Amino acid sequence: MDSRPLAVGFQGKRVAKQAETQITHTPAELEQYFREMLFIRRFEEKANVAYRQGKMGGYMHTYIGMEALCVGWMHAIRKGHDNVITAYRDHAHAIQLGTDPVKVMAECMGRKTGTAGGKGGSMHIFDPEKGFYGGWGIVGGHIPIGAGLAFASRYRGDDKVTLNFMGDGAANQGVVFETLNMASLYDLPCIFIVENNEFAMGTRLEYHASDTELWKRGLPFKIESKRIDGMDVLEMEQAAKEIVDWVRENQRPYWVEVMCYRFSGHGAADQDRQLYRTKEEEEINMQRDPISRLRKMMIERNMMTDEVAEAIDAEITEEVEKIYAEADAAPFPDVDEVYDNIYTDMSPEQGH
Amino acid sequence: MLECMEQDESVLIMGEDIGRYQGTFKVTRNIFAKYGDKQSRYNLRILDTPITEAGFSGIATGAAMAGLRPIVEFMTMSFSILALDQIINHTAKIHYMSNGVVKCPIVFRGPGGAAKQLSAQHSHSMEGWYAHVPGLKVVAPATPQDAYAMMKTAVADDNPVVFYENPGLYSIKGSIVQDVNVRGEFGKAQILREGKDLSLIGYSRMTHVNLAAAELLEKDGISVEVVDVRSLLPLDTETIYASVRKTNRAVVVYEDWRSGGFGAEIAARIGEDCFDHLDAPVGRVGGLNVPMPYARNLELQCIPDENDVVAAVRKLR
Repeated sequence: MDSRPLAVGFQGKRVAKQAETQITHTPAELEQYFREMLFIRRFEEKANVAYRQGKMGGYMHTYIGMEALCVGWMHAIRKGHDNVITAYRDHAHAIQLGTDPVKVMAECMGRKTGTAGGKGGSMHIFDPEKGFYGGWGIVGGHIPIGAGLAFASRYRGDDKVTLNFMGDGAANQGVVFETLNMASLYDLPCIFIVENNEFAMGTRLEYHASDTELWKRGLPFKIESKRIDGMDVLEMEQAAKEIVDWVRENQRPYWVEVMCYRFSGHGAADQDRQLYRTKEEEEINMQRDPISRLRKMMIERNMMTDEVAEAIDAEITEEVEKIYAEADAAPFPDVDEVYDNIYTDMSPEQGH
Repeated sequence: MLECMEQDESVLIMGEDIGRYQGTFKVTRNIFAKYGDKQSRYNLRILDTPITEAGFSGIATGAAMAGLRPIVEFMTMSFSILALDQIINHTAKIHYMSNGVVKCPIVFRGPGGAAKQLSAQHSHSMEGWYAHVPGLKVVAPATPQDAYAMMKTAVADDNPVVFYENPGLYSIKGSIVQDVNVRGEFGKAQILREGKDLSLIGYSRMTHVNLAAAELLEKDGISVEVVDVRSLLPLDTETIYASVRKTNRAVVVYEDWRSGGFGAEIAARIGEDCFDHLDAPVGRVGGLNVPMPYARNLELQCIPDENDVVAAVRKLR
């Protein structure tokens, strides 16, 4: 039994060949994608700092390295109209949909001005006005709920689609298969997206999935299924648009595995990634950094210079600092708020 | 349920064999004829689901979050155990975790408790498990009128409601006052029989056991007040305490396993808050602490009946 870590990354070999991406975007649009991904990156890095400083507690999972995936998909949907639901690695999705980043930061810090008044924390960001339904902590547990959002669309005959995100670990949870069966049975306009960053916390894909080609799991349920590379924001957006448009028109579910990689630990408590992967494989996979890739491509095509990129970075870094400061200045919730909003119309039995 | 569906298009029912098959206890009979189409592979308003309790509970939860008002039937509440993660970890939590921006107007209902020789896996009393969870409401009506009126309240409620039915109640006949706008109040117990010597407190089918026990005790000159709790969460302690303070003695009766059943919670509260008025410790009658056996004589032994209640009452005097 070979004990070396298995082949790294899915660059080229394991991902289905993508057609050469046509760049139909303007430089301004590309700069916008660059800004959006970089904002998520700097926000998440600051969240990690905040955690180490004791400003955030519990479980906090950052999206570092996976930015292209979220940015690509959110540009493919009608924001505020379509539904989005994910697990606990949720800051990026909320921010991309337009939730105030100060409120997200404040929620992670448990402050009164957070998206849930400090009641939920990092794992439970909700913003239904923007179509964002969370923010869930049970691996795979929210998948039927996402299908339920799509069920309501089917029931009403509206044209919303639901993006239902999960990780590669979640793709093993039993309720996911139950949901796929019903999504297909009832023609639910639900797009199941596996953010395959190759690790279920500290257990790599090859050790947790008997067949590592997770895209196939839609096939037994007669669901359109595909695998895509998610480390290039333009390819991601193009693939996402095709899928979203197809689902909206055909009113059928879709199951798509998006290959990506997270550069940080699973969560803030994961401080020793070498327990489950090597520095060499990390370095190789960091070459897939979607932000560097876009920056390099824009510079090569004379759509941006290094100086401009640096200036944008400095601007975003400063903006994140301001967000952090504003969130940190907010008060904690009042202690009597502990009983608020358990029910719409009453409180539970109170007291110890 | 039919009235609710007629009044509000967003009300739907889903569960196993509730449509074409009319439901294993026939609770949903006649609904498919009205809202289902035999030719269709699926009917979204009266939906026959696959056998996937966790999956369809979660789908119904998501649909409720998006503004529909689903009623989910569990073929028996014992099967709801498969959906516990969805109900407790998701449905019950969403309003709080979102600090009120996401509501979940859903009803989970089904027959719970022992029927006839359904054996260990099919005879659970689950109402106590659910009444333990902040974020859920739990009701257990004992009369046809309450079943009717409280179901309408459950469907109209914007919170998740567990509507608990004991199969022994399905055959009870009684009159109802049909009124599409009626609402049976949650958090309100009722006195079904007035008395002065002791309060018998119970819910669901045990209310009828208590009424039968009261008849037996009357013959011996013991006047028993029967309190039908009917709403476990929220719980009407005011009515329960008023009765106990009047009679000075209480026995709480529940079919669930004696140890840790919801009746134990009621008994604990009576002890805490009515101590000065009690002339005896609060008694309890619960189901035997065993998995439900199959043989009818053993099964009958496990389930509290009026003789068990009478014995418990005599112990207190």
